[in-house]
Amino acid sequence: MVRRRKRDRFMDLRVIETKTAFCYWIGEIGNLGLYILWKSVHLLVSLWYMALSVVDALESYFISRGLLKKYRSLDISKVRYLAIVVESEEAYQTSSVNKLLQWVAAMGVKQVCLYDMEGVLKKSKDRFLQKCDANLWKGVDGSKSLLDPSQLTLEFTSLSDGREGVAKAANYLFMKHLESNDQGGDLQRPNITESLMDEALRVVGSAGPDPDLLLVYGPARCHLGFPAWRIRYTEIVHMGPLKFLKYGSLIKALHKFTTVRQNYGK
Amino acid sequence: MASVQVSEMEESSSNNTWSSMLDGLGRVLRKCLFSILVVGPIPNHIAFVMDGNRRYSKKHNLVSDTGHRAGFMALMSMLKYCYELGVTFVTVYAFSIDNFKRSPEEVQSLMELMQEKIEGLIKEESIVNRYGVRVHFAGDLTLLSETVRLAAERAMKATAGNSKGVLSICIAYTSTNEIVHAVEESFQEKINELSVPNSDGYEPNGVDKGKRFIGVVDIQKHMYMGIAPDPDILIRTSGETRLSNFLLWQTAHCILYCPSTLWPEIGLQHLVWAILNFQRQHLYLEKKKKKQL
Repeated sequence: MVRRRKRDRFMDLRVIETKTAFCYWIGEIGNLGLYILWKSVHLLVSLWYMALSVVDALESYFISRGLLKKYRSLDISKVRYLAIVVESEEAYQTSSVNKLLQWVAAMGVKQVCLYDMEGVLKKSKDRFLQKCDANLWKGVDGSKSLLDPSQLTLEFTSLSDGREGVAKAANYLFMKHLESNDQGGDLQRPNITESLMDEALRVVGSAGPDPDLLLVYGPARCHLGFPAWRIRYTEIVHMGPLKFLKYGSLIKALHKFTTVRQNYGK
Repeated sequence: MASVQVSEMEESSSNNTWSSMLDGLGRVLRKCLFSILVVGPIPNHIAFVMDGNRRYSKKHNLVSDTGHRAGFMALMSMLKYCYELGVTFVTVYAFSIDNFKRSPEEVQSLMELMQEKIEGLIKEESIVNRYGVRVHFAGDLTLLSETVRLAAERAMKATAGNSKGVLSICIAYTSTNEIVHAVEESFQEKINELSVPNSDGYEPNGVDKGKRFIGVVDIQKHMYMGIAPDPDILIRTSGETRLSNFLLWQTAHCILYCPSTLWPEIGLQHLVWAILNFQRQHLYLEKKKKKQL
């Protein structure tokens, strides 16, 4: 009798084990099925982007040959300050960056800000200035009027001019506040305004004009840390990786920009 | 005609059995779709710029208030999808400081609508309580009228106990104002530290001019949006490709998605497409974020 009960209990345990193993394997097969579905969805998305890039390449070819009437005339005067963000790893391809600068200068854009997160472009700035026969941006006051208006002016920025620039400006304002209280007494809470910040950013060398248009050359559509204070109303356009740089796409992006109308909140 | 439809939808969406059956079917289909999406990384924080309500009104020959109401309905749907998918932080750009430049009548009507909807959020059956979401208002609330500000404070207090997610509503907000406010708060913190005796010491004649008092970390923790991590995706409708002074500091590694659809017409397909693109770029963006640290 006892042996039979032991045997029954053993059989029950075996059944429970089998059921658990069965559920586990069903779960694993289910997960595998979902994974395959997920991969398939992403495969379809990749195929879509491949088709889109073929269409883009064709369109770019037609635009650069002047075959599309819409893009034949371009009112470049709307682009007073152009910013170009380059993915740092691609920024080492200085020939592509030079080609882009020459196209942009030939179209009539006179002021360009080059940005990459790690400052790769900043390190080779002399090479760019020489190759493009350009001047270095020296700040808003002073030298602007002395610059040859037909020559390209280049500014070089990196991540350290963004958030770090704001921190530097904050410290500058803080020091000024401490010094102004040298007579002693309690430190008052300062009232900081946006124009005070503007001025402080200028003093610490992290200021510059707000770009009208920002072109992103990289795998993802994000501004990669371009100084926040300057891109309040900047149009941000993703151009794809620098290795697929195309003249026609550049014209298309600039043309689209000239048709944009901003309300500035109104 | 359309304005009647919108207000009818507002009032009777939960009463109709047929619509609740459709709702249930929709939920089941969504659950299947989401179970496929969650195989990959899901964004922790999504931000929305709700652009296009006035254009929607013009397109359908409605008064602009109806466009904003339709926009609110679209927002509720998007929040539902986000929380069902497991997105923890959602941020919306409800009202910019620049929007105060609009006509006083429009500003007044927007304020009244916002107060009505904020009070709706406090109710038990509201979406935020259903999903355990805490409401947070980011912006210079002193610029708002007394009634709206009090309603916002009540909503924050009422939902303070919710912990499954956070809904940040940017109202009277601009990024530059946020940065300036954060710098002011950092100042105040440092001033308090320096006033404490036996601290690093504030000596009027001996302040170390080379010392860095305020760092990026100090400024960041005093941001209105300091309670949330940086957004992973920013969706701006109506095809406009600018940030308009929204989350400029926080979007260094954020994917900007700008569908041309108007905000009241946004649907699940746009959210799914944004998330699929996020999943494609996820590894690259994580690499970039690590480099920034």
